[in-house]
Amino acid sequence: MTPSLLHQILDFANRADPYPIYEELRKTPVHHEGDGPYVVSTYYEVRSLLHDPRISSDARNLASTTGDPLTETAPEEGVLPPSFLRLDPPEHDRLRRMTNRSFGPPHCPHRVDGMRGELHGIVSGLIGDIGDTGRIDLVDQFAYPFPVTVICRLLGVPREDEARFHVWADTIAASLDPDPDADPTERGRSAHDARMQLGMYLAGLIEERRRKPGDDMLSELATAKGPDGTMATMELLSTAALLLIAGHETTVNLVTNGMLTLLRNPDVLERLRADPRLAVPVVEELLRFEPPVQLVPQRTTLTDVEVRGVTIPKGASLWLVLASGNRDPQRFENPDRFDPDRKDIQHLGFGSGIHSCFGAPLARLEARLALSELARRLENPRLLEDPPPYRQNAVLRGPRHLHIACDGIRP
Amino acid sequence: MIGDGFLERFRREGRIVVVGASLAGLRAAETLRDKGFAGSLTMIGDEPHEPYDRPPLSKQVLLGRATADRTALPRRRSVDATWRLGVPATGLDMAARRVRLGDGDEVPYDRLLIATGVRARPWPREEEAELDGVFVLRTRDDGAALARRLAEGPKRVLVIGAGFTGSEIASACRERGLAVTVAERGAAPLVGALGGVVGAVAAELQREHGVDLRCGVMVTALEGDASGRVRAAHLSDGSTVEAEVVIVSLGATRNTEWLAGSGLGAGPRGIACDAGCRAFDFRGIVTDDIYAAGDVARCPHPLFGYQFLSLEHWGNAVSQAGIAAHNMLSESTDRLPHMEVPAFWSSQFGVNIKSVGVPSLGTQVLITQGSLEEHRFIAVYGYQGRVIGAVAFDNARWLPFYQELIERTAPFPPQFPTVDRRAEGQRPVDAGFPDPSVPSHGPTVTLSGYSPADRRMTFTPAH
Repeated sequence: MTPSLLHQILDFANRADPYPIYEELRKTPVHHEGDGPYVVSTYYEVRSLLHDPRISSDARNLASTTGDPLTETAPEEGVLPPSFLRLDPPEHDRLRRMTNRSFGPPHCPHRVDGMRGELHGIVSGLIGDIGDTGRIDLVDQFAYPFPVTVICRLLGVPREDEARFHVWADTIAASLDPDPDADPTERGRSAHDARMQLGMYLAGLIEERRRKPGDDMLSELATAKGPDGTMATMELLSTAALLLIAGHETTVNLVTNGMLTLLRNPDVLERLRADPRLAVPVVEELLRFEPPVQLVPQRTTLTDVEVRGVTIPKGASLWLVLASGNRDPQRFENPDRFDPDRKDIQHLGFGSGIHSCFGAPLARLEARLALSELARRLENPRLLEDPPPYRQNAVLRGPRHLHIACDGIRP
Repeated sequence: MIGDGFLERFRREGRIVVVGASLAGLRAAETLRDKGFAGSLTMIGDEPHEPYDRPPLSKQVLLGRATADRTALPRRRSVDATWRLGVPATGLDMAARRVRLGDGDEVPYDRLLIATGVRARPWPREEEAELDGVFVLRTRDDGAALARRLAEGPKRVLVIGAGFTGSEIASACRERGLAVTVAERGAAPLVGALGGVVGAVAAELQREHGVDLRCGVMVTALEGDASGRVRAAHLSDGSTVEAEVVIVSLGATRNTEWLAGSGLGAGPRGIACDAGCRAFDFRGIVTDDIYAAGDVARCPHPLFGYQFLSLEHWGNAVSQAGIAAHNMLSESTDRLPHMEVPAFWSSQFGVNIKSVGVPSLGTQVLITQGSLEEHRFIAVYGYQGRVIGAVAFDNARWLPFYQELIERTAPFPPQFPTVDRRAEGQRPVDAGFPDPSVPSHGPTVTLSGYSPADRRMTFTPAH
């Protein structure tokens, strides 16, 4: 008997290329096996459900978590209150609004753009430090340290503490994804511990920022008094943890997937080298072609919802497979072709609706800068292994290492 | 004209004239070139400016964040056209296929696109309208002149009419710290487009932001000083408002007068066209060489019983222009219908307002998400048991769902639970639209019956 499609998605053996499984999945736009989740994989249905107010992100609305390998050990329970990622309006809206006051327009329109020079400096420094060009691990030497440095500066987290919170962030991110070989109870416990420690670490930091505020986001979140008041300490902890982890675990994959894709498409890499403005459509097409968040496993129905003739019952667990919608031939011509010249790249890479990626403007800027600078400065870059080794995680999918070589570094 | 090879020859060396050099005209021209039209293209516009964007005129331009001359529309591609700017079209000879211009010139065409749009309805009393300090806001020049005057810091601004444009102007004035009085004939701002229930929220927003809002009153006269500057307005309740700037915001009039006597089905409600944007003549026969798009067009819509629908919306102008351009170059079997669901947005007093469908057709309204009191909500409008429109205040990300309900003619009131449903979302209430026979600034979407040659309607000025 062939293993179920769900297990094929989670199976590490398929990590390098999950797209044939998604293609199979799309033959049944609403896929359901046994007591498992309802898996939606076609573009229009995924997009429609992302805007559907009958769909909740709040785990308390789930009828049961049994049968769904991605929600069985929801790690957010207990330690910290759910972050706004796992809340519905009005709580979601209030927390996201308050967080946005220190991040984006209209109150803070220059935060991201104002970091452009600093970002450029970090990228230049990392490329300058590459050393042996015969064997570069693009993940460890570039794609990981870059966004981590950025999120630390943005939030006001000391970069030298990275070794501590790196472990917690990785553990928490891994818990969002089941390793079939790991014991679920053990995994749940370690995620619980990691959140506890991360929470305590952030609490100390926030206390310091309250006493001596800087111009970073944590200081502003801890001291702001907007029309919605001030965030309660526990809410602030959850929000800070969310930003730190999301800033950690997604952009690294966007940049790594990006360089991998460019090296597999040398004509595009060459065009980008000649014209850094191509970075804008290249990053959008990447978000379609290899999105760092492959699926959203944390939604549930508030009532029976009919999708393409299938009734999804109230309280059911839903997976919305963004990466599959992005390859849906009903929406994108030649979906398996990487083509930054597409006229109409309305991808689902950042999701859509009220939970659409909070950090999207920063992620876009980081990826554009990183890829255009790598293209410009690496001389004759090439892959040393293809496919590269991947991380275990099927949701936050990306290479663990990306070994490349080049002939030299241009100034 | 018609026959084998006509279209190929037309695409290669035909003559297309576009009357109206604004959003719809420009996007149509770009689409024509995109689709391979290689013949001659003439763009006629009564304003001297190249195509520019109007939404910023009542927002960023009045706030001084952008100047009116920096609102040019981004070009999607070069259109390689002959531009006749600063000269209005004054007549149409359908038999000879010629457009007459204000300077006496005539421009021949094989196919014509009319995208002349609307203009601001002026203050009805001419001598008062000419007082210095009395403005309307529609064009780039209007925007530049008003922004200059607001920057001088007038002691008080009076806005007559609290439709979307009037409300946005009032919002910009408050943001600039200017004292503002708004006089609205209806019971609340935006009442013609969104009804009284949502209009009450718009009224609260204005008052919370320090607008001196007066509803249920008319301005009966404007008064000037000896030097011809406006100094005060007299209201129907007997009061007087002293103001150095008066902005008349009483809606729009369609630019169709130049077509009088041409034989085209054009009148005060616009130019009637079929779902493929081909204009009707006054006998109800569809032409095959004259097309219409944008604010001036009215065309039958399947969601509204194929009644003619007029839309003064940015998105509609863009999509209709694309359809018209496509059809101008296509065989009859390749033509596409214009079936855009109406949608528009506004930004005022720090709130993003977005609408889909035709709320003004609704009789009842249900707040399905959020709350009126918090000024963050979704209002769903029902008409004869179906969902006909939805309006979001700071909640626009949900609207695609409601648009699907409208497209599916889903039952009203919706029977399902949603996130963020409050007590007020349990039962629909009367939407509170004013009696349509009472003139007001009106909604920007109107159904105008089935007759392609309806020229009987005349507008009765409110003042």
